[in-house]
Amino acid sequence: METRTGHVFLGLALLIISTLMLGTARAETGTPEQVIKPSLKREPIKPARIDTENFELGAYVGMLSIEDFGTGSVTGARLAYHFSEDFFAEASYGQTTAGKSSIEKDLIGSAQYLTDAEREYSYYNLSFGFNVLPGEAFIGSGRAFHTALYLVAGTGSTEFAGDDRHTLNLGFGYRFIFNDWLAGHLDARDHIFDIDLTGNKTSHNLEVSTGLTLFF
Amino acid sequence: MPFILVIILLSLCTGYAQADDNYRKVQIAEPYIELHTGPGRGYPVFYVIDRGEWIEIHKRRTDWFKIVAGNGTTGWTHQAELELTLNPEGKQTRFEQINQDQFIRRKTEVGVLGGDMDGAQTMTLYGAYRFTHNLSTELSFMQAVGNYSNNLISNFNLLNQPFPDWRISPFFALGMGNIKTTPRATLVQAKDRSDLLAHVGLGAYGYISSRFALRAEYNRYVVFSSDDDNEDIKEWKLGLVTFF
Repeated sequence: METRTGHVFLGLALLIISTLMLGTARAETGTPEQVIKPSLKREPIKPARIDTENFELGAYVGMLSIEDFGTGSVTGARLAYHFSEDFFAEASYGQTTAGKSSIEKDLIGSAQYLTDAEREYSYYNLSFGFNVLPGEAFIGSGRAFHTALYLVAGTGSTEFAGDDRHTLNLGFGYRFIFNDWLAGHLDARDHIFDIDLTGNKTSHNLEVSTGLTLFF
Repeated sequence: MPFILVIILLSLCTGYAQADDNYRKVQIAEPYIELHTGPGRGYPVFYVIDRGEWIEIHKRRTDWFKIVAGNGTTGWTHQAELELTLNPEGKQTRFEQINQDQFIRRKTEVGVLGGDMDGAQTMTLYGAYRFTHNLSTELSFMQAVGNYSNNLISNFNLLNQPFPDWRISPFFALGMGNIKTTPRATLVQAKDRSDLLAHVGLGAYGYISSRFALRAEYNRYVVFSSDDDNEDIKEWKLGLVTFF
């Protein structure tokens, strides 16, 4: 009888010890010590690039009145960079051909002031612009377009009558933005330089033009 | 040829369409943000987007961003307001701020200057590459229009800025180049000339804000003319610099 209870206790004790050992063994295998480590390195999310549109590139056509030498049609190109909602810088290049002065026209047989090559008029300038009156224009009741009236002033050079002349330009313009990338312009400029061709004087050359630019 | 153009245009269009889905998305973290009808402070606010909503950033024009809300409403919001939103990682949205640090660390620089060279008006365009914060190299083109001649000067310069961190930072320059002189068409019997020239210069940068700095300089040129005497020319100029 004693031996029997002894056996039972011994059996119980064995069972408890074995379960404990198993338990600890299980606990050991359950520890985070892993044989295969999955690489869970998180990829940093690369944010999509935002399309910035601060540059404007385009072409224009118009009329340029060359003091004493008639009015010619002008073609040109412009590149602008918008620094802020108020200010921009602009580089432009344009060319036209001068006509005859009234003296050349009136006096029959008189010597011409300029050769054909010297009548080629071209200019480049670098200007600063200020969007003085930004706004919206409405076409009908369902369409609104961004617009701006801007002032520009700058410096540059004009090649006319065979010489380069330091030139100031002053003017204003109206920008009409059709959509995200296209804008229309109406511009008026005065190109001012000193000329000694028909007596020494300051010549004002007025230009009106219309053009299209692309934002990028 | 027109066929090829059409194909190029079509491929451009599909490229554009594919790019459409890839806009940056951010979540509103403030009670709301305001949408303006245009990219400027004066355009009226016509819509507000509530906290928690996700928005797409479609375009940027200067400091204004074109935003599309979840329901398709499109408007413009300022950078300052957009920086109060969270990105998909839950962090605050940040846009690169251009300040003096960027100016000090600039690698390339482009500038336009106007000035006077012994009575002739000058216009200068230059580009610079900076090897270190102190040392940079420049290529410049200058047109000087005087009463008797028109000069085109191309120059290669080395520039040293001893104190690049200062807001107004002085520099010294050494350069060599070429001067092409075209006498006025009204002058009789004058020929074009091309001569070597060298110069030393002294000047300063003044950082303004954003991508702007002012630059002023004074240069002394020596023209190694084919005549017996070397010409000595003084020039000053002032202009605007932008950097990348």
